[in-house]
Amino acid sequence: MSLLHLAIFSPFLMAMLVPFFYKGLRSIHTGWFVLVLPILLFTYFLGFLPITRNNQAVEKSFDWIPSLGISFTAYVDGLGLLFALLITGIGALVVLYSIFYLSKEKESLHNFYVYLLLFMGAMLGVVLSDNLITLYMFWELTSISSFLLIAYWYDRERSRYGALKSMLLTVFGGLSMLGGILLLSLMGDTFSVRELISQAGELNEHPLFLFAMILVLLGAFTKSAQFPFYIWLPDAMEAPTPVSAYLHSATMVKAGIYLVARLSPIFAFSGYWFWIVGAVGIFTLFWGSLNAVKQTDLKGILAFSTVSQLGLIMSLLGVGAAALHFDALDDNIYTAATIAAVFHLINHATFKGSLFMVVGVVDHETGTRDIRKLGGLLGFMPVTFTIAVIGAFSMAGLPPFNGFLSKEMFFTGMIQLLELNIFNLQTWGLLFPILAWVGSVFTFIYSMMIVFKTFSGKYQPEKLDKKPHEAPVGMLISPMILAALVVVFGLFPNLLSYSLIQPAAAAIIPSLVGPGEKLSVHISHWHGFSTELLMTIGVVALGALMYVTLSKWIKLYTVFPGKVSLNNLYDTSLYAAERGAYSMTKSYMNGFIRTYLVYIFVFFIGILGFTMWTENAFTFNQNNLAPIGVYEIVLVVIITAGIITILMAKSRLTSIIALGAVGYTVSLFFVIFRAPDLALTQLVIETVSVALFLLCFFHLPQLSRHEERMGFKLGNVLVSLGVGAMVTLMAISAHSNKMFDSISSYYVANTYEKAAGKNMVNVILVDFRGFDTLFEISVLAIAGLGIFGMIKLRLSKKGEEADEN
Amino acid sequence: MLETVMQLSLVLVTIAMIGFVYRLIKGPSIPDRIVALDAIGITLVAMIAILSMLLRTNAFLDVILLLGILSFIGTTAFSKFLEKGEIIENDRNR
Repeated sequence: MSLLHLAIFSPFLMAMLVPFFYKGLRSIHTGWFVLVLPILLFTYFLGFLPITRNNQAVEKSFDWIPSLGISFTAYVDGLGLLFALLITGIGALVVLYSIFYLSKEKESLHNFYVYLLLFMGAMLGVVLSDNLITLYMFWELTSISSFLLIAYWYDRERSRYGALKSMLLTVFGGLSMLGGILLLSLMGDTFSVRELISQAGELNEHPLFLFAMILVLLGAFTKSAQFPFYIWLPDAMEAPTPVSAYLHSATMVKAGIYLVARLSPIFAFSGYWFWIVGAVGIFTLFWGSLNAVKQTDLKGILAFSTVSQLGLIMSLLGVGAAALHFDALDDNIYTAATIAAVFHLINHATFKGSLFMVVGVVDHETGTRDIRKLGGLLGFMPVTFTIAVIGAFSMAGLPPFNGFLSKEMFFTGMIQLLELNIFNLQTWGLLFPILAWVGSVFTFIYSMMIVFKTFSGKYQPEKLDKKPHEAPVGMLISPMILAALVVVFGLFPNLLSYSLIQPAAAAIIPSLVGPGEKLSVHISHWHGFSTELLMTIGVVALGALMYVTLSKWIKLYTVFPGKVSLNNLYDTSLYAAERGAYSMTKSYMNGFIRTYLVYIFVFFIGILGFTMWTENAFTFNQNNLAPIGVYEIVLVVIITAGIITILMAKSRLTSIIALGAVGYTVSLFFVIFRAPDLALTQLVIETVSVALFLLCFFHLPQLSRHEERMGFKLGNVLVSLGVGAMVTLMAISAHSNKMFDSISSYYVANTYEKAAGKNMVNVILVDFRGFDTLFEISVLAIAGLGIFGMIKLRLSKKGEEADEN
Repeated sequence: MLETVMQLSLVLVTIAMIGFVYRLIKGPSIPDRIVALDAIGITLVAMIAILSMLLRTNAFLDVILLLGILSFIGTTAFSKFLEKGEIIENDRNR
């Protein structure tokens, strides 16, 4: 346990304290106490920068379950540190924002901050774990805390729906990921990521490699809202806005990105990885931006935009794998994609966080997020407007903001694919830049919608619940800081390049970076009249044109009916699964004991018959058989007649009497097979049970005393014949297959010698194997008490004793 | 000689028992069956006695005594059931 571990666990410890702050110090907003922690953590993690700058890493380990090879190894390298800084930095800003966003009086703040701190700790654990099992543990903890946060206003139906949906999808992915992790550990015999990376070459050859990759990617794709698993993210917008800003733009949805980046060194050499990650990412980019334009809710737009931007990062990570196929670092231009991915990751966290906070401000001050009701807020909220412009223009990829730079780099990465001739890229590679460009056009359109539909245009006071005014200063601090970062990173991108981006990118493609080497990260605004610049100009021109004519073609979206959407697929399949499971259960659990007995017996016949058939188990050995006497035959005839009478009898009384006759005949069998004790007991018990049957018979309700013969059902006859035949066959086979002699000679020799008795049966019952007797006595005692209880205790439904009748 | 006689008696007793079983199955009334059952009990006593002689053991004498008692109790219980509809009247329980 080191300071680093303490840092990772500190949010959990803090979460324990939150309720005390909330209850004990009601006058101060609980958020202020919470705020201290992420700030401390942020400064603590800043201290790692000088180490990771030189591609060094810090590793601290402590054993959790050493016998299973599970330890909690905290590992801070460039990639982990980048994420840790995002989590704590944006975490601090979000906590600050939430102090002003959530009212002290109306909201249950202790719940909120406990969930948020749980999430923060879990997320830190995800990005700083080297052990895959620990990573999975924290991963599921993020799912759970996200579930809690989405359903924060749990009295709303939509919140619960969104929380359930995100839970189902992310946990589905998480479980797949666990499968992938187990396969990986099977292949590499370790849970440690770094040890797996060192064996990457051998793992690539392994037959389980592809399965492990697909399962891990399922986890990453569901968490990072990639196509087709993005559907939970728009519904997660029912969460409070600070949660959306934190979880669903900056941190949790990037856990999948982190996983893909972290495991790239293991998987990325494979062509499947390139195609799956790259193609899913680029299609998600296109699809998310296409869908964002038709949204009318500001948070809906932002949700789809997050989906689309995550697709962008994902596709860059996929495409970045191409670099591995070229050895030399010096002129390896294909590393650009990985660098762009890391850069855009930072950029997206900044501008998307600020945009969510802006939307929260608008929501808070006007009472609505619907762009059809909003408009003309520029005069009321100038500061918010400025922040929104910075965020949205950065998202659209306009200079001089940081989004412009990463978008240019994105185009560079995509264009470079055209020159590659691996993995069939000659034929299909063109799709990447085209989809990227079209997606960017739509990105431009919805970015403009966010700004201009909200802040310009006609002011519609009649549609708003309250009179809009500028938000309190406290609420604006966090988005202002983020917007300032957008501008600063935009103007001075090289602040980041060797401190954060290079170490993170080097961690994603470590095989290319030798000791002492560095990737060359140079980001500049102006790199001549390149294709990328022309593409950006095209995006802006076409985007502006399409935005102006938006009202003309927005109806095109209605061409696709809502029924073919993925949401509808999710809803109907969930419904169908429920209905299907229900009707399936209904179809075989019909409530009749008769049916269940038929199942049991049919399986009995089936399984035993199958086993005997396939194992060729039936044998009939005549060696060991005793001669059959006349009495036995006569008794068998009598007992058979009695049994047939039971079955054929018209009245129940006849059946009972015949049953008694059968029982007595059995005792006669005991006599001729020389078992006096058994015969005695059998006689007594038979008498008692016949008397009990008579008792039951007497108490049968008057109405259902059908005095008629049992009905004939062919199925029942077949089943009973089958069971009888099966048992007979089994008994014959068992008898024919005696492997060794009985152990009874010991008892014969020692009954008197050792146990001082002459009755061997009784000596066995109370001496050699007295334990069985003890518990049979208990069984009888329980049965007696049970019957007494059933007769005496007559509780009515309310649990009171009913009148004795 | 004794053995042969015993076996012969056993056959006879068995035939008698088959006759009682026929009555037990055929009926036609419940009392017929009960009497048949009682007679089967007694026949069993005889049968077991002969069997223990054949098997040369006195281990089954208990069984004979028990059968006598049970057959009596059983027949009484059935009779009481037929007459009153119940075997143990529970009015003392109140």
